[in-house]
Amino acid sequence: MTVKHPLFDDPSRCADARSCTAADCAERASCQAGQRLPKLQASRRGFLKATAAAAAALSLARCGKDVFQGRFSELSKAEVKEIISGLEREYRKKYPVNRKGKQLITVTAEPPQPGVVFGYGLDLTRCIGCRTCVHACVDENNQSRKPQIQWIKVLELEKRRGVDLMHSDPYYNPPKVPEPGKYYLPVACQQCSNPPCTRVCPVKATWKEKDGIVVVDYNWCIGCRYCVVACPYGARHFNWAEPTVPEEEIEPNMHYLGNRPRMKGVVEKCTFCIQRVRAPVDQRTGKPAAERDQNIPGKGRYPACVEACPVGARKFGNLLDPKSEIRYILENKRVLVLKEELNTRPKFYYFYAT
Amino acid sequence: MIYAQFFLGSIKRILIGSKVYYAWVLFLLALVLMGAFAYYDQVTTGLITTRMRDQVPWGLYIGNFTFLVGVAAAAVVLVIPAYIYDWGPIKEIVIFGELLAISAIAMCFLFVTVDIGRPDRVWHLFPIVGGLNLPFSILAWDVVVLTLYFLLNFSIATYLVYKAFTGKKYSTKIVVPLVLLSIPLAVSIHTVTAFLYSGIPARPFWNASILAPRFLASAFCSGPALIVMLLQVLRKTTSFKIQDEAIWKVAELMAYAMFLNLFLFGAEIFKEYYSDTHHLIFHEYAFFGVRGHNAIVIPVWTALIFQIAALVLFLIPRTRKNWITLNIGCVMIYLGVYIEKGLGLVIPGLTPDVLGEIYEYFPSWTELKVTAGIYAAGFLLFTFMVKIANSITLGEFQFEPKREGPAQQ
Repeated sequence: MTVKHPLFDDPSRCADARSCTAADCAERASCQAGQRLPKLQASRRGFLKATAAAAAALSLARCGKDVFQGRFSELSKAEVKEIISGLEREYRKKYPVNRKGKQLITVTAEPPQPGVVFGYGLDLTRCIGCRTCVHACVDENNQSRKPQIQWIKVLELEKRRGVDLMHSDPYYNPPKVPEPGKYYLPVACQQCSNPPCTRVCPVKATWKEKDGIVVVDYNWCIGCRYCVVACPYGARHFNWAEPTVPEEEIEPNMHYLGNRPRMKGVVEKCTFCIQRVRAPVDQRTGKPAAERDQNIPGKGRYPACVEACPVGARKFGNLLDPKSEIRYILENKRVLVLKEELNTRPKFYYFYAT
Repeated sequence: MIYAQFFLGSIKRILIGSKVYYAWVLFLLALVLMGAFAYYDQVTTGLITTRMRDQVPWGLYIGNFTFLVGVAAAAVVLVIPAYIYDWGPIKEIVIFGELLAISAIAMCFLFVTVDIGRPDRVWHLFPIVGGLNLPFSILAWDVVVLTLYFLLNFSIATYLVYKAFTGKKYSTKIVVPLVLLSIPLAVSIHTVTAFLYSGIPARPFWNASILAPRFLASAFCSGPALIVMLLQVLRKTTSFKIQDEAIWKVAELMAYAMFLNLFLFGAEIFKEYYSDTHHLIFHEYAFFGVRGHNAIVIPVWTALIFQIAALVLFLIPRTRKNWITLNIGCVMIYLGVYIEKGLGLVIPGLTPDVLGEIYEYFPSWTELKVTAGIYAAGFLLFTFMVKIANSITLGEFQFEPKREGPAQQ
């Protein structure tokens, strides 16, 4: 980190399309490459990183498309910062007005916080199958309206059969829920501790974060759908066509690995609302930036589905915090996980409160 | 100089041919063009032009990929007796097995490419510039072994043909170790492809250890079935000599492989039906349909009946040595295994889906057109390579030390 270059700390200079010349980009690229080289060990790896950095810089400078952007998990903090500000500019231009009026779109790449592993509880005795969570999730996470993508699928099951997925009905549509003799099982990503989906990815485009959230790098996914095949919970969804969200329905608070708009041909999934649950941390104090937004003390906001559930069937919290509600549930209620025999070790716990 | 002559002469061989040859090439080119247009539509609109959906995320493309890996692996059926047992008559046809393997792998790469949602990012699968998820992802391993197998067969075939071109004898010190290496590699490409499926606990239909041996057994019938038919075409259309004995020997090997394949299938059926667990629903869907959904019942039974009938034809020496019944058997084996390893493997594995929903998949026109285009491209490659190899081994096209010109016959 010996080389310091004025361009490097001034993303605005190359961002301005008019002042952006090929020379600017080349300069930026070489400067990034130069910065990264000294601390790398193997020269080939160094070359690759440098190439990736150069490519990222080039793409951010809007001199090329994002085709050559490197893998997210291997980018430096500075590269991430630049990519994100590039995306913000792009989205702000595309969606000047959104569901929160004229609020400017922000994209973060908030990393996992130490001492936090998220867990989810769903009370099967309370869920009435109203699907409010499904639509809250669609709105919050900018899921495509056409073709329709829904990360939460609510299954209608018969009480007498128990958890028998092979006789479930995801398309139940009675005039009124709940129906007698039926119960409802909402399924989304189970955020497995031993996820089969990340293991099969041929290009490491999906992985488990330190706080337990399984994420996808939409810019690295090749769309082979092996993870969709490998997921035992049907939690992964593919963009079979260009996803569309009406401008006025866009949720402006975005996370790079979460609800930012996706593209055609990549896989997406529930991230426990990563943009909400990972509280933005104030860089100077190291404390959560916006106190008023927090549902979980000191740890960000609840996922949209937890907030939306009209019967309070959904619970969320930090599994490592002994005083959290989720820990209380795990210690005091009858809990089950789906397809336990597959050893996926979900962090999504179904429970019976009464 | 000599390389240039080899290269230019090869291109010339491809461009010059009889009327039948031109008609065949034009027919294939038309199919390729049709596939290319369909693929262009798929790329611009998205994979929504296929009938695959989240419930059935893989379909015809991956089914064909799986089948063709088997065809490529089957080149070893010819290599094993030729080199390990030093069985003369087969040796001269090994080169065609290798050319078939090269074409089949090329088609495999094409099928994977058309299946992925972001073909612009296919370089993420390349070594060094991309980054494969090794050792965890079986798909990553498949890329590795298929690439190696492709390069190995391409090297052997090119070397043999080039040596014939220069009129020199090939060096056994180079060829034999490479050929011997291709045997375990052929087994590995099909084993790894089977592991692609059998390693997925979310799909009980595939999650069976018997899958890899079954893959090998069925491949060792379908690949040679194609070879037996192609050899007869070559015999008729060129002056290439292929002994009857060689063809019958291949047919005999196919009978053993088919018996093993059906035995392993029976073992799987016993286990599923006798234990009668929740997992039986996938076999039920394949063979009888579930709750009125029965889109693949007829193809699956057709495949099974074809395979049993072909086994009978190939077991009886008289029908094995009769050209009509032999060819009927070959067609039945080829189609039978094509259905079994294609739709018959992929679709019941995914239907019902992991949450019990039944979405009935059947290929769309786009998928059928793209598939036809890829097969045409593969056959085109095979035709060109056979044309070059054939004219060299027959001495029609040889190295001219002084200047290029029509070879003396």
